[in-house]
Amino acid sequence: MATKVLDITKEHCPMTFVKTKIELSKLQPGDILEVLLVEGEPLDNVPRNAREQGYNVFSVEHVEGTTHRVTIKK
Amino acid sequence: MPRICDCIRGENPVTLQRELKRIFFMAENKKLSIIAFSGDFDKLTAVFTLGTGAAAVGYEVNIFFTFWGLDAIKKKQGRSFTGGNWLTKLFGFMMGGLKVTPTSRFNFLGAGPKIFRYLMRKNNVATLEELVEAAKALGINLYACEMAMHVLGLKKEDFIPEVKDVLGVASFLNLSEGGQTLLI
Repeated sequence: MATKVLDITKEHCPMTFVKTKIELSKLQPGDILEVLLVEGEPLDNVPRNAREQGYNVFSVEHVEGTTHRVTIKK
Repeated sequence: MPRICDCIRGENPVTLQRELKRIFFMAENKKLSIIAFSGDFDKLTAVFTLGTGAAAVGYEVNIFFTFWGLDAIKKKQGRSFTGGNWLTKLFGFMMGGLKVTPTSRFNFLGAGPKIFRYLMRKNNVATLEELVEAAKALGINLYACEMAMHVLGLKKEDFIPEVKDVLGVASFLNLSEGGQTLLI
């Protein structure tokens, strides 16, 4: 069970959820992906898209400033 | 096709049920097909932004490269005199792949794309090359137009290996059925 961290705080649409999707598709069952993202478009879209595609979005927590961490498990 | 609000107002349960089925069918058929006709830097960026964005949210994406759009899937980057006769060799020189695609406006003899690439990098927005790599990684279906290939003297070997197939209009229309189609 591996954990990977993906930092997309500096990315803009569409690379925010594009990079997230690419990392998610590499996950093995049981693996966890922690995505660091900012408020606005990424925070609105990334957790919802992950849920819609059948991934388990464990938590969305505030880290500091405008950065949030979304934990997704396959 | 009756609209749902008309059905509700008109109290026709059979047509309402049919309309609801149609809406659910459309919602489940997340398919986007893009006809990439233009070979301009800015328009190809739009093609790949839409394509990768849709693929990232679970759409099935097909991109059909025709005419100038074939420039985006050429294997050989940079200008070269490839092709059968002197006319197609001229096109081979003018269409030198992603690196030398002009912008549709403000090209300024090639300065335009350089300026836009600089602005995109500065704002951390994905460049055209990054979007194309993402498209390959997301498994977007890339197709080349047979007719345009013949006219411009190109063969399947001239394209990147990720190009799935060479198609004509009928096959493309078959593929895109049930989804949305855009011409860029």
